[in-house]
Amino acid sequence: MHAEEKWTAETWPASPERQTLEAKNKFTGFWIFLGGETVLFATLFATYLALKDKVPSSDHMLAKDIFEMPLVFATTMILLTSSLTSVYAMYHMKNFQFKKMMLWLGITVVLGASFLALEIYEFNHYVHEFHHTFTSSAFASAFYTLTGFHGAHVAFGLCWILTLMIRNGKRGLDLYNAPKFYLASLYWHFIDVVWVFIFTVVYLMGMVG
Amino acid sequence: MSNEHLNSVNPNDIKYRRKKNAEEMKHQVITFALMIFLTLIAFVAVGYDGFSSWFTVPFILLLAAIQVAYQLYYFMHMSHKGHEMPAIFMFSGVFVAIITVIAFMTIIWW
Repeated sequence: MHAEEKWTAETWPASPERQTLEAKNKFTGFWIFLGGETVLFATLFATYLALKDKVPSSDHMLAKDIFEMPLVFATTMILLTSSLTSVYAMYHMKNFQFKKMMLWLGITVVLGASFLALEIYEFNHYVHEFHHTFTSSAFASAFYTLTGFHGAHVAFGLCWILTLMIRNGKRGLDLYNAPKFYLASLYWHFIDVVWVFIFTVVYLMGMVG
Repeated sequence: MSNEHLNSVNPNDIKYRRKKNAEEMKHQVITFALMIFLTLIAFVAVGYDGFSSWFTVPFILLLAAIQVAYQLYYFMHMSHKGHEMPAIFMFSGVFVAIITVIAFMTIIWW
């Protein structure tokens, strides 16, 4: 089968993301990667939990002093919604509606970028308001490593989706790029999976004390 | 695989597939609504002062686990056919993840 031949909505296969051999291999390989990412984030979560509120002196801020609910709530809702918009994008991909897919991917990128902007504001706020910097305590180092690693994943995901959109903007959908869009959306969902644990374990459990 | 049977589709086929996709999308939106609902409960449980942290912490962890299962099985399609390998990789990852967290929280620093 030629991956780059022209398709119509009628001939477009039901599972375009796993139609070619290359796509099947990518699919399996990407899930291996996600299994590895799970372990990677687990080590960062474990480090954070072990070092939570471990500060050198009592004038350092603890988790319950710095986290604020409204900001965490906003970032959580934005990222959860961006997960749904990328589901919409894949829905249109399966229906061979290229323009609608691009529109929903665009919305996903906008939501992801606003999440990142809020996170940068948040870190900046902690540093200037509470002197909670990367090197100020073991707690701060573990916190910034975990949330910063997640933030870096968001930034990478944004660049990935944008690159795919720009490179394939005039090409339309085919079996060469459909798996690429599909894997980028899987990555985006995984970022959301990690965030669910970050807002629960870091922020909500931090506010509980 | 040959393209012949793909190119000779009857016009009802696309209608049927679109309908199936639309139905799946409806389920995805319901899943999303449930996820938002679970998130709201978690935030309210933490914001409300009446619960002790011995109740709140396990409770919000449970909500997170349910939400992640929704995300994996519906948004990431792990409930679809042909996801045996992804399931093996993810469960292995989760297994190692849980051991890592338990080890760091119990053996290493105490």
